[in-house]
Amino acid sequence: MPKGQISLRRQLTDRFFTGLAAGLSVIVVCALVAILAYLVLRGAGSLGWSFLTQTPKPVGEAGGGMANSLIGSIMILGIASIFGVPVGIGAGVYLAEYGRNRLGQLVRFTADVLNGVPSIVIGLVAYGLVVVPQRHFSAFAGGVALAIMMVPTVARTTEEMLLLVPHAVREAAFGLGVPQWRTTVSITIPTARAGIITGVMLAFARVAGETAPLMFTAFGNQFWSFSANQPIAALPLQIFTYAITPYDDWHRQAWAGALMLVMLIVGTTTLVRFVFMRRMLGGAR
Amino acid sequence: MATAVDVRDLKAWFGKTEALHGINIAIESKHATAVIGPSGCGKSTFIRCLNRMHETNPEATADGEVKIGGDDIYAMPAVDVRRRVGMVFQKPNPFPTMTIYDNVAAGLKLNGSHKRRTLDEAVEHSLQKAALWDEVKDVLKKKSGASLSGGQQQRLCIARALAVKPEVLLMDEPASALDPISTAKIEDLIFELKQQLTIVIVTHNMQQASRVAEFTGFFLMGNLVEFDRTEKIFTNPSDKRTEDYITGRFG
Repeated sequence: MPKGQISLRRQLTDRFFTGLAAGLSVIVVCALVAILAYLVLRGAGSLGWSFLTQTPKPVGEAGGGMANSLIGSIMILGIASIFGVPVGIGAGVYLAEYGRNRLGQLVRFTADVLNGVPSIVIGLVAYGLVVVPQRHFSAFAGGVALAIMMVPTVARTTEEMLLLVPHAVREAAFGLGVPQWRTTVSITIPTARAGIITGVMLAFARVAGETAPLMFTAFGNQFWSFSANQPIAALPLQIFTYAITPYDDWHRQAWAGALMLVMLIVGTTTLVRFVFMRRMLGGAR
Repeated sequence: MATAVDVRDLKAWFGKTEALHGINIAIESKHATAVIGPSGCGKSTFIRCLNRMHETNPEATADGEVKIGGDDIYAMPAVDVRRRVGMVFQKPNPFPTMTIYDNVAAGLKLNGSHKRRTLDEAVEHSLQKAALWDEVKDVLKKKSGASLSGGQQQRLCIARALAVKPEVLLMDEPASALDPISTAKIEDLIFELKQQLTIVIVTHNMQQASRVAEFTGFFLMGNLVEFDRTEKIFTNPSDKRTEDYITGRFG
């Protein structure tokens, strides 16, 4: 075969696969853009001042909003993060830095299994663990359910990100007479910071939309509640409640709630990234 | 002349494999000692035993006696040993998230020293000793250590090691990843540094050994075959195996 033909065929194959990859990427982006655009289209109209400041109105009355659900979601996610993130990061650090043993393997395996457990089962666990002993639903119980769901994702991504830090970096610290715990806290974790934060945000975003585990833990609430010890509203619950009704007005509110939820996730993720990534070039602390 | 590092019957293992078979050596204070030998002969393992870095590998163990300035290193905490015996690695390994300043100050800060004046002085002094001060003095707190060139990074790592004021500096093929100009700078540095501290340098480059070191030890398959003044090793070795190696007949 003459030289020119081979290179022409190779060029065409190259173009074909590059084009294919580009096309598939566009499909992925399209799906995301379509969801967002549809949410804005259906939800933006109802996302007014009253939606952000009022609680739901009784059936038949127009208006009302999801302010209490927004606060509820923020509270539940806050509780979940307070418990889930430290435990997850701690487990990830253990797995990466000390976990080359039986216990490490066990923890790794358990985390992977936990990651695959359906969220409604996690909800049942939180129900048994918190709701039954307390004899009432609460924001706290919802937070616990979501925290349990965050742990495996945070732990495994933290582990993977720490393992990406070259061994030479740890050796450099050991060579200076820095103890291992100090090396982990001041050198290895800061080096892997960007990846760890991404893992945390991924876990956060995943649980922020969970509905099933909240149904019999946080339970939902049509009124204001600021107590961790009381049943509380949450955006996914409220969306679900409204979406299954026959009322057009509530459907519109459900759309607005969904948009609100996406904005909450995107907003938090952006804010956290901004705060933690701004000074990537930190010093030794 | 004084002995800085006194090694008696040092054995080292990786799992069940014995990598060093009983090394005896007395390293002169404030001189440079080169460690040469073919790949896999145990020279890196040997110097990593001198600051107890060897045992950071979970599989690795060591036995024998190593005394630094008269103190048995196995009788004190490993972190204390490493503050007295600094190390420079083959590949430059600055802390990637830190500025040049913080890289040099890291050893002091992470071991609990936070006084601004002390740190400033230590950073300037160490960078000057590592012949890097003039090149980086204007960007100390602006540029990351990782943004420097390979040769500069290695001198930064030397400055970082010097900042904790070690008595002994171990260098594991410090110039093997560098170009000839950077290598020459590192060699000049070794000349300067050995006025104040003891240097043990592992090298594959025999010219380098003959240029920088007063003493040379030849390792082969986990044994110290010959240890003598560098001229003697390179002009009139006592052991046939040393002669074969330096004349390029094997290894």
